[in-house]
Amino acid sequence: MKNIKFGFSLILCIAIFYALNTKMGSLPPLGKFLSPNQGVWLNEVTESNTNSDIAIKELSAPVNVKYDEHLIPHVFAQNNLDLYKAQGYITAKHRLWQMEFQTHASAGRLSEIIGEKALDYDRQQRRRGMGFGAENAMEKMKEDLEILSFIEAYSDGVNSYINQLKPENYPIEYKLLDYAPELWTSKKTALLLMYMTKMLAGGDSDLEYTNALRKFGKERFDLLYPDFFDINDPVIPKEHDWSTLENVLPTPVPESEIPLDSIASTMDKPHPNNGSNNWAVSGEKSYSGHPILANDPHLGLNLPSIWYVMQLATPEHNTFGATLPGALGIISGFNTHISWGETNATRDVLDWYKIEFKDETMKQYKYDETWKNTSVRIEEIKIRNKESFIDSVTYTHHGPVSYDHNFKGKGDKEGYAMKWVGHIGGNNQRTFINLNKSKNYDDYLNALKHYVAPAQNFVFASTEGDIALWIQGQFPNKWKGQGKFLMDGSNPKNDWQSFIPQENNAHTKNPERGFVSSANQHPVDESYPYYVFNDGYGTYRNRVINDFFRSKEKFNIQDFKNLHNNNYNLKASELLPYIFKQMETSTLTSEELEVLSQIKKWDYNTEIDQIAPSIWASWWPKIFNLTWDEFEIEDVALDKPFTYQTIYMLKNHSEDALMDIIDTPKKETAKDLFLIAFKETVKDLLEWKKENGDYKWKDYKATFAGHLLQALPAFSRFNIPIGGDRNTVNAADKNHGPSWRMIVEMTSPPTALGIYPGGQSGNPGSKYYDNFIDQWAAGKYLQLNFIQNPESEEGILFTQTLTSNNE
Amino acid sequence: MNKKITNFVFTLVFAYVLSLFLPWWSVMLAALVTSFLIPLKKTSVFLVPFLAVALLWIIQAWLLSSANDFTLAKKIAILFPLGGNPYLLIVATGIIGGIAAGITGIFGKQCKVLFNK
Repeated sequence: MKNIKFGFSLILCIAIFYALNTKMGSLPPLGKFLSPNQGVWLNEVTESNTNSDIAIKELSAPVNVKYDEHLIPHVFAQNNLDLYKAQGYITAKHRLWQMEFQTHASAGRLSEIIGEKALDYDRQQRRRGMGFGAENAMEKMKEDLEILSFIEAYSDGVNSYINQLKPENYPIEYKLLDYAPELWTSKKTALLLMYMTKMLAGGDSDLEYTNALRKFGKERFDLLYPDFFDINDPVIPKEHDWSTLENVLPTPVPESEIPLDSIASTMDKPHPNNGSNNWAVSGEKSYSGHPILANDPHLGLNLPSIWYVMQLATPEHNTFGATLPGALGIISGFNTHISWGETNATRDVLDWYKIEFKDETMKQYKYDETWKNTSVRIEEIKIRNKESFIDSVTYTHHGPVSYDHNFKGKGDKEGYAMKWVGHIGGNNQRTFINLNKSKNYDDYLNALKHYVAPAQNFVFASTEGDIALWIQGQFPNKWKGQGKFLMDGSNPKNDWQSFIPQENNAHTKNPERGFVSSANQHPVDESYPYYVFNDGYGTYRNRVINDFFRSKEKFNIQDFKNLHNNNYNLKASELLPYIFKQMETSTLTSEELEVLSQIKKWDYNTEIDQIAPSIWASWWPKIFNLTWDEFEIEDVALDKPFTYQTIYMLKNHSEDALMDIIDTPKKETAKDLFLIAFKETVKDLLEWKKENGDYKWKDYKATFAGHLLQALPAFSRFNIPIGGDRNTVNAADKNHGPSWRMIVEMTSPPTALGIYPGGQSGNPGSKYYDNFIDQWAAGKYLQLNFIQNPESEEGILFTQTLTSNNE
Repeated sequence: MNKKITNFVFTLVFAYVLSLFLPWWSVMLAALVTSFLIPLKKTSVFLVPFLAVALLWIIQAWLLSSANDFTLAKKIAILFPLGGNPYLLIVATGIIGGIAAGITGIFGKQCKVLFNK
């Protein structure tokens, strides 16, 4: 009996230990997770108010890190090596989990952390050649010994933090998922830059367009997807004279058939809203005589935020702005002499080539009438609690054969190879390091020359009074139409023949109109001597911005704030009056007439307490989808035409055959679609109202900032009251929006405001985790404390001194 | 009665001391040793170490969390889900620690019984 009892209690004891020490499904190991000496209770801390000394590896001199009331670190180092080491250390201290998670996501390694559900995502990352691109970028950066030393210093800084970190102090996400951080490497910086490259230049519609071309024919295709819309207010003003460009050598159009293949599904695309605004006014147009510059990149609203704000100073340069955790230097910001910011340049830099293999082994492919050897990159995807998945990706001279018979492809002997500027590799880190220390326009221009991808519209202003905007990236010099559709990969003439010389990239300096701006619209008009394909260019924010700057003589800071927070819905204003004129209202019920009168009263400002924006937000997608019902075909990947062209078609081709709803016997025209969609809208809204109350815009849109880990509700922020929608200048969508708003006036030293929807701390237990969100939503800014004197204690909460631990 | 109080106090103090340099299961070790040295009877075998460690964890969790206005506890209480109530999370923490200690207490007592054979 005693033995049985002993045995039983032993088993019970082992069982309880196992149960509380092991992660089960989505449950963390409860004993470990909840214990006060090891678990979450130790993450229940707000960054403390105390001064301290921290010893890190091999600093040449002590580095002072002063935190202000927003927990923005102001880092004062004696030289660049120390500075970037300190940046790595401080960033890791506040954002370690995010840094590792984003670079794992980039490399296609999420299955290691969250298990098999991430396998499809990881495979796509591998098949996109993310690791391949990062390695190529690393090779380029290694050629620049100074950059290499900075990246290694940053890496050492991150690792100094990781090595000091005890398991009980791991960021909470490690405890939740029960794993440990690995050491940082230089390659992870390259992976982070690839993560951004994919986000901003990883989109294309070539295969979808090929399907559309096959289905609709060339004439219809050109109508639906024009190279230029009938309106164009480009980044570079139309009046710009391109005749001064030298060495313009257009690529001749080769004789080649478009392979009219059909593909059922393609890989996930980056978020279609990824975009941004930036602008600058010259001294003449500024209330104070100093140029003023603004930037607001529109990205996914996540926590921890994609941005981390810092001041980085040495005796040689003093820089302030938003950093990307994992990359060196300030990415969007200002220094004593200049300010700069980026918007996405949205160019077609990703093309697809059809590959014909000699046989099923895929060891050789047809090229220039011979068989050329492929190479293979073995991708081992480790999966948590499971055996690794091995995916072998075949590479041609174009790039990875992403689609083959192992992945979304069809025949054993064919595949689609990806040619992407993201694979070329570039020393992008050099651009940012140099911008950080630039003193004038020439320095800015030299800094940009190194920059390859993702192409950006770099806005610039200086205390000397210059403003400029360069559309910088490495762009293939395409023949007219190249890369719109799938190309035959065996014909050498279909390869990218050359690149546009950097000095011929579209740009403008001190234009006569006194301002520069970009909002992801068409970079140029038809007069630019290189082929630029319409890759989903914005058509609304740019016109609101440019019209605003044309509207008066002088602009002040309040004007800039107002424009950042401008919710004027130009898109709705261009369609609704037409609908009100055209739509047949005789069959509307009293409820429907009520809703119609509500939206008819709308002034097109998409404000949080209005209900008209909700009606529009429900109505528009229904009109859009009814218009393009022909595009919803099973097993054929298609992209519906762009919003602007859809509205153009509704207004100018209202009786086109495409307006018909194919599932009904009747022949519908545009005005029928308006009515059908409207009746559906009223039904949806009334249902919504029954469940949730009044459909005020803030409630109906319900903007949220989701935690990076699948928007884990506990660590996310919901129902953020912010106006605007994806097409307003204040591009705040449901889970997407202005991720960093900055305004810099080029006084000496510059005076700046900034805010982002998050907080400086990556710890959900910190009060600094999401403390900027309410101010951000309300359109308020933080006054950025650009400290000039390293000894200054003004506005400083506490100081950490990093010292060397050389032993 | 005295034995129960001694066991309770000893488990609590020992668990605290061990937790300074051992992982979370230090509370199991504390309950094991205590229940071996100061054996109890019947339900107390489970209940006394349960209460001792539950109290220890509740006090520790409360001290850590109240100092930060329960910022994280409120979030973890959404994660689990406990309706966002930080106090429920603190009690749950106590119960988890208590169960680990109580069950080890039973085992410790059985060790003692076997040892004394």
